[in-house]
Amino acid sequence: MASSTSADRAGQRPPSSRAGGISRGIRRYLPAAGVLVAILAAWELATAVFGVQDYILPAPSAVARALVDRWDGTLASATWVTLTEVLLGFAIAVIAGLVIACGLHFSRIARAALYPWLIGSQTVPVVVIAPVLAIIFGYSLTPKLILVALLCFFPIAVALLDGLASVDPELRRLMRTLHGGRWAIFRRVELPAALPSMFTGLRLSAAYAATAAVFGEYSGSSDGLGHVMRQAVPQLQSALVFAAIALLSAMSVALFVLVTACERLLVGWAHEGKKDR
Amino acid sequence: MGGGVPGDGAATGFSGRDEIRLTGVTRHYGTVVAVERVDLVVPRGRRVAVVGPSGCGKSTLLGLICGLDEPDEGTVDVLGATDPAGRLDRCAWMPQRDLLLPWRSALANAAVPLENQGISRRAARAAVRPLFERFGLAGFEDHRPRQLSGGMRQRVAFLRTFVAGKEVLLLDEPFGALDAITRAAAQEWLRAALDAEPRTVVLVTHDVEEALLLGHEVVVLTGRPGRVTSRHAVDLPAVATRRELLAAPEFVGLRDQVLTALERHARAAPAEG
Repeated sequence: MASSTSADRAGQRPPSSRAGGISRGIRRYLPAAGVLVAILAAWELATAVFGVQDYILPAPSAVARALVDRWDGTLASATWVTLTEVLLGFAIAVIAGLVIACGLHFSRIARAALYPWLIGSQTVPVVVIAPVLAIIFGYSLTPKLILVALLCFFPIAVALLDGLASVDPELRRLMRTLHGGRWAIFRRVELPAALPSMFTGLRLSAAYAATAAVFGEYSGSSDGLGHVMRQAVPQLQSALVFAAIALLSAMSVALFVLVTACERLLVGWAHEGKKDR
Repeated sequence: MGGGVPGDGAATGFSGRDEIRLTGVTRHYGTVVAVERVDLVVPRGRRVAVVGPSGCGKSTLLGLICGLDEPDEGTVDVLGATDPAGRLDRCAWMPQRDLLLPWRSALANAAVPLENQGISRRAARAAVRPLFERFGLAGFEDHRPRQLSGGMRQRVAFLRTFVAGKEVLLLDEPFGALDAITRAAAQEWLRAALDAEPRTVVLVTHDVEEALLLGHEVVVLTGRPGRVTSRHAVDLPAVATRRELLAAPEFVGLRDQVLTALERHARAAPAEG
């Protein structure tokens, strides 16, 4: 909520927390960071105390070591490959979600004909079609993009469609008396009003994207974090597996943060006076 | 819209009339009759206030006039236009709720009708800005609706209606949701605005004082189904303040007449309440 400085917000907080955005941000994420540190410490301690073998459960320090030692040569290129799949696939999902939602919103016939198939597309388990896509497209980028897009477009399309449809009908009537045609109503009323709902869908999708990319890589690939994990598991290089998992999580969090930042920028008005999340 | 040649017949949607005229208008929703055989005439430039109990079809009437809705029976003629598109072209509607867009500033909200006509964002806002000054809203241009009081929001909503540049303004209980003190100030403000910028106005309200303060004529509508029972020309002395006006014998007499007309019906049909 850094963008909001209005008096009504200031009134909701004790005056002490109004100082500087950075210290406020630190204070906000401090509890969550504390939990992470506590878990890592307990984990480290447990592996040391009980003498757990590295290949069964590597200590966080071993994971960190793997992260550094294997960065050049293995993890760096794998991260880059997976990141490309996630970002490109997500971008395709966003575009597809927007186009589908707007198309169905504008055309009653399209809605009647395609909405059941839209829902139906989600009944196909990704686990099943991932190998099929690998057979068709080989080890290339394409099957991963399809998987990410297929899994991610749905929440975006449905959330946006829902937002577009839930605009107050009286507002549409009002716009018609104010020289508003179909396009003007869409652009000035429906789309802005639907954006908060769309971002809810985007945040869901952002959480799915990395999972979908790894699924794609599991089913057939020559590089990527999923590929690294698939190779490392049978070799009992557990620390490497955990390092890949950590990188995937970081990727998901980064995408989530990116989406949230866009949301703050575009629909800050919707969060004025709302509870912090 | 085909040009607007007066008198070229009902088939093209033009009658050549210079008034709003509702003739035998009936509208029902399912089995509920909202309004029944309503006749109403509003000459160009006049302000007519329609008073009636809640649920008497007052809002329905406005929807029918501005062409958002069509009557089941009867005809609606708005300054020569009888087709919905033509009526929509001539009427701007201000609903009960302000319906301001929460993501736009007050200025940008009032500029919406101009942007809808293809005027650029910047030019539309530049055109609307002087009106904020003129109508006593200066300093509130950049406020978001949620930062404005109820009274201010209604004023911005009225300004938006006004900016649409239509000949006819249809006001649906514009200050119904405001407290009495705020409402009095808002009514004064609207009266001054309409005196400065005369338009043909149909105002719908359940507040008799508001009807008398803002209308040249008051029409009383009965409840369910809505029908016109009486009309009262509002001829009030020119006095300086609202307080004096409310105390003037002419005002008191008129208010009593209108209240009597409303009460007579309420007593005649208590079951319909």
